[in-house]
Amino acid sequence: MSAFETTLFGRLSWDALPLAALLKNPGTNEIVANAAGAILVLGAAVVLFVLSYFRLWGVLWRDWLTSTDHKKLGIMYIVFALVMLARGVLEGVVMRAQQAAGPGDGFLEAGHFAQLFSTHGTIMIFFVAVPFVVGFINFIMPLQIGARDVAFPVMNQISLGLTVSGGMMLMVSLVVGEFSTGGWTAYPPYTGAAFNPGVGPDYWIWAIVVSGIGTTLSGINFAVTIYKMRAPGMGFMRLPMFCWTVICSSILIIFAMPPLGVAALLLAADRYLDFHFFTNDLGGNMMNYANLFWLFGHPEVYLLVLPAYGIYSEVFATFSAKKLYGYVSLVIATMSIAVLSFTVWLHHFFTMGQSALINAVFGVATMLIAIPTGVKVYDWMATMYRGRIRLSVPMLYGIGFLILFVIGGLSGVILANPTIDFQVHNTLFLVAHFHNVLLPGVLFAMLAGVNYWFPKAFGFRLNERWGRISVALWVVGFLFTFMPLYFVGLMGMPRRSFNWEDPSFQPYMIAAVIGALIILCGLLSVLVQLYVSIRDRAQNRVPVGDPWDGRTLEWSIPAPPPAYNFAVLPQVRDRDAFAEAKESGTAYLKPTGYDDIELPKNTSIGFLLCVLSGVWMFALVWWIWWLALGVTVAMLLIVIVWTFATETEVVIPAAQVKAEHEAWLALVARTPAVDRDDEAAPANLGYARPDMEGAT
Amino acid sequence: MSHSDHQTYPGINLGDIDPRHQQRVETAQFGFWVFIMSDLVYFGLMFAIYITMIDAQAGGPGPHELFDLRSLFAQTVLLLTSSMTVGLASLALKYHLGLGRVYLWLVATLLLGLGFLTLEIMDFMNMAAKGGVPQRSGFLSAFYGLVPLHGLHVATGCLWLVILMIQMRVIGVTDQIKSRLMRFGLFWHFLDLIWIGIFTIVYFGGLAYG
Amino acid sequence: MKSARPSAALPVLVVPALLLAAMPALADSNSFLDPQGPVALAQKEHLIRATALIMIAVIPVLLLVPLIVWRYRRRKNSSAAYRPKWDFSPLLETTMWAVPVLIVAILSVYLWKATHRLDPYAANFGTDPAVEVQVVGLDWKWLFIYPELGIATVGEMGMPVDSQVAMELTTDTVMQSFLIAALGGQIYAMPGMTTQLHLAASEPGRMQGENTQYNGRGFTGQKFDAVAMQADDFQNWVDTVRSTGRVLDDATYRILAQRTDRAEVQQALGTADMPDNALYFTLPDAQLFDKIVHRYHGDTALPRADQPGTTSYGQETSQ
Repeated sequence: MSAFETTLFGRLSWDALPLAALLKNPGTNEIVANAAGAILVLGAAVVLFVLSYFRLWGVLWRDWLTSTDHKKLGIMYIVFALVMLARGVLEGVVMRAQQAAGPGDGFLEAGHFAQLFSTHGTIMIFFVAVPFVVGFINFIMPLQIGARDVAFPVMNQISLGLTVSGGMMLMVSLVVGEFSTGGWTAYPPYTGAAFNPGVGPDYWIWAIVVSGIGTTLSGINFAVTIYKMRAPGMGFMRLPMFCWTVICSSILIIFAMPPLGVAALLLAADRYLDFHFFTNDLGGNMMNYANLFWLFGHPEVYLLVLPAYGIYSEVFATFSAKKLYGYVSLVIATMSIAVLSFTVWLHHFFTMGQSALINAVFGVATMLIAIPTGVKVYDWMATMYRGRIRLSVPMLYGIGFLILFVIGGLSGVILANPTIDFQVHNTLFLVAHFHNVLLPGVLFAMLAGVNYWFPKAFGFRLNERWGRISVALWVVGFLFTFMPLYFVGLMGMPRRSFNWEDPSFQPYMIAAVIGALIILCGLLSVLVQLYVSIRDRAQNRVPVGDPWDGRTLEWSIPAPPPAYNFAVLPQVRDRDAFAEAKESGTAYLKPTGYDDIELPKNTSIGFLLCVLSGVWMFALVWWIWWLALGVTVAMLLIVIVWTFATETEVVIPAAQVKAEHEAWLALVARTPAVDRDDEAAPANLGYARPDMEGAT
Repeated sequence: MSHSDHQTYPGINLGDIDPRHQQRVETAQFGFWVFIMSDLVYFGLMFAIYITMIDAQAGGPGPHELFDLRSLFAQTVLLLTSSMTVGLASLALKYHLGLGRVYLWLVATLLLGLGFLTLEIMDFMNMAAKGGVPQRSGFLSAFYGLVPLHGLHVATGCLWLVILMIQMRVIGVTDQIKSRLMRFGLFWHFLDLIWIGIFTIVYFGGLAYG
Repeated sequence: MKSARPSAALPVLVVPALLLAAMPALADSNSFLDPQGPVALAQKEHLIRATALIMIAVIPVLLLVPLIVWRYRRRKNSSAAYRPKWDFSPLLETTMWAVPVLIVAILSVYLWKATHRLDPYAANFGTDPAVEVQVVGLDWKWLFIYPELGIATVGEMGMPVDSQVAMELTTDTVMQSFLIAALGGQIYAMPGMTTQLHLAASEPGRMQGENTQYNGRGFTGQKFDAVAMQADDFQNWVDTVRSTGRVLDDATYRILAQRTDRAEVQQALGTADMPDNALYFTLPDAQLFDKIVHRYHGDTALPRADQPGTTSYGQETSQ
């Protein structure tokens, strides 16, 4: 390349396209890589076509991309998570297929397999689990605390933009260049410039840094929202359990994301500027990276799983038609887990040569987490005990979670023993363990949450039958995929192996790929469920907004909720505020008066920053310095200009609020109330008749 | 939450005491505290990295060859004084001592901040002349990972201050701008605090143990 | 929901049972479940003990969840109690906290003791005099240096039965993790730093050793045989290595340290006298290990051409 081209395009050239590799060296490996790229490009083309064909661009821009409404941002987070989940699951299937292809080399090259496990991990943690959780918090938490939005709606939009642009980098790496082969942990020196001079680790670094900033801002936003914007009367001990988990999760985000940012940025300094933080020579120390990464990495697990626990707490109480057992206990347990999660990071590297004393201390600290976690499980069981349990889809996920999760807990406590960890660290046992906690723990909760809150968000229920089919597929698929991995792990098969020799692994590997295919069917059935539900939406409408006889404030408003959520801010008198209101007959009352409501205006800043930060990352990855600098200046200017705007709110006049609210109250008055027998029937229009038959 | 009239946010006098505005200012202020907490973790970790790497000099120049205590003293005086001037600016605002004084103290803050940055950059150039560049050793990487990070914060603060002063002219000294000034003050004092950590741990600590 | 479904517990119990049935295959594999030394044996015992203890907390969940779901499912004319307001019981609450606390307390005692007794840095096992082995991780093979015996090997690590094998580990490339599962746990090896591992074998036999930390295309092939022998056999093995081994001088080491897997390096350095999957060396320089560790402690940056594990290594000759 000429000096001019180098200045203009950095290290980007036509060879960066996977097609170039296919033309030069056709083989299965290249075909798989190109197929993945083709699926991505085709998918994007189809989306663009559909948007244009149905003339949806205007709607998309006005109602979604520029919206600052926490509910819409939450939905966009979840849609993004589902798209990334599809890629993550497909990658999992391809990896399982490679390992099941038998002792031998399979159909992928080692480097390609390494990219797969690196993107799979990075995507599933940062671009599936995090956006799923943040999306649910966005949608649910303000509704549950009786607020009209989060504390900083525009910042919320920017958070989404940064998260999405980080995820897009992983998509771009599929088509331009390659991704890191260093796993989702990206340990140096392997990921340093000396050993991996290519673009892969740079894609990882910038995707993590930018989306990490987005997540940090979300954490600040959520914490401030709960501290400052609860409805009148909602003291901390009246918060719905989900909101308690959000507090803890936000605190974890605020303190745990910086170590990840530091780790990734110092790695970037090593790679771009020849610093020596983690290099082999001149005093670099890779142990600092391990410490930084896991100072983030362990709390990360809990910042994902705590809100999932919160969702389960809501689901168990609602579908057992009963108060949540042991509220105080659960609050204490949640807080303990949050605090303890900062004291155990070293258990991710017991095997790096600390003294026995240090390992023992961290081992015991790790086991301590099992205590509050165990208490939570028992509390949920006690919530079901002497209830009236409806085996609806969210509840089925919940029951599957309880049973599978304790197995993950079992392997977790086993791993907490340094003595055993020395054997199973870096093996598939560990892989099985964290999938065992993250799938039933986080992903099932997210799917339960989708089934539970979908009617609130869109005004109609999801199809029960397909929901049940997907629960069954996920549970069975999980068992077939990950139970075998426990055993091959004990037999000593290292994780991240693209091939293996020991013939006794064979049956386990085959079971695992069957399981992975079942999981893929589970994912497809979720999509089918969505399709069928949208098709049949006329029969499943719940305009009144309370399809499950809910207990918390989000069920006290229409479905879908108006932009301002609450026509009049609710007065909270008890835990389970809406259940209490229904019981005391104070639900659906006409308020004494209405006020004007101020809502943030739409703005395009989040979208602009999303696009520009994407270009910025791309420029940095490919060393296109002029572009990186230009975009930096542009982003700064956009933020500065935005701070000059003073008229950032629209006012919804009291008269309009009154008209809308009273129309809804009139609808409530003429809607027949149904008891729980008709929950899944078209008769359920979202007006629940409390059904206390046999209650004592 | 109830909001009574005497709950004015300490340190600024907002115009009309409207509970909604009051709450909004409080929320923004609290959010900024939380942000600072998160930012503090960044610095804390960089301090920790620096401490672990004090010995990783790899035969390169160390604290004794590189650190210039006279310049350090001057930088410290400039930055601490600027913390006082920003405090005087917010007092002038609170007690209605005239916008002229507010501007005076803010400009003084800006000049002191820029003076600090100038000295710091000169320091880095002197260090580089003696071979003290970040590429030389782990110790120097850690130094340049931490001290310029603080410098970058100060530079951002200066930019913020310029924009704020423009906004005071263009938008006027509204409640919103007052609360921004308040947050700027918080940020600036926070940077002072970090600087105290830097000269004790990075400079004195480096000289004592390096 | 009028009809209840069989709970999800069934597949949960069936799948592991089926897998357990397939477990006899384990006997042939190289795992700590088939321990060949006292450390692995203790680890296996600890695994069983810990699992049994945790089961006290787990089994009630596995049993009670299906029972509760069945008994309290919503149905016509249910005879089961319904207490929608019941949300606390001091007795139940105490049990819920006490049981896990007790289990964790007991486990912690075991954990504390086992962690100290099985500390890889402590020489707690093996009766006969110690053998010192220095292990160097390369891309993608392990080099074993016996400084006292003046030999070195790749692909095969000989050791006398019942002796304490005292290992010191480093790498001359990226981070790796060294594991002989049948003998004891793993320990990481890092460039410029050393870690330690103490193992002992109780019976003669061949066990597989490996690297468990991904380090590039040859990762899965980075395996070796740990061979435990009676004292006489070990002496014979040492003699064979010494007599058939190539001299491990700088030039040979440079070839060895290239990014090659075992088969490739075997082709480059193997001779007809050596086994198919092992390389034998004599050691002219007993300080080789220290030199490798100190390679990274120099006062100047290490050029990539001198850094094993990079693609540029050996591309141009250094001074």
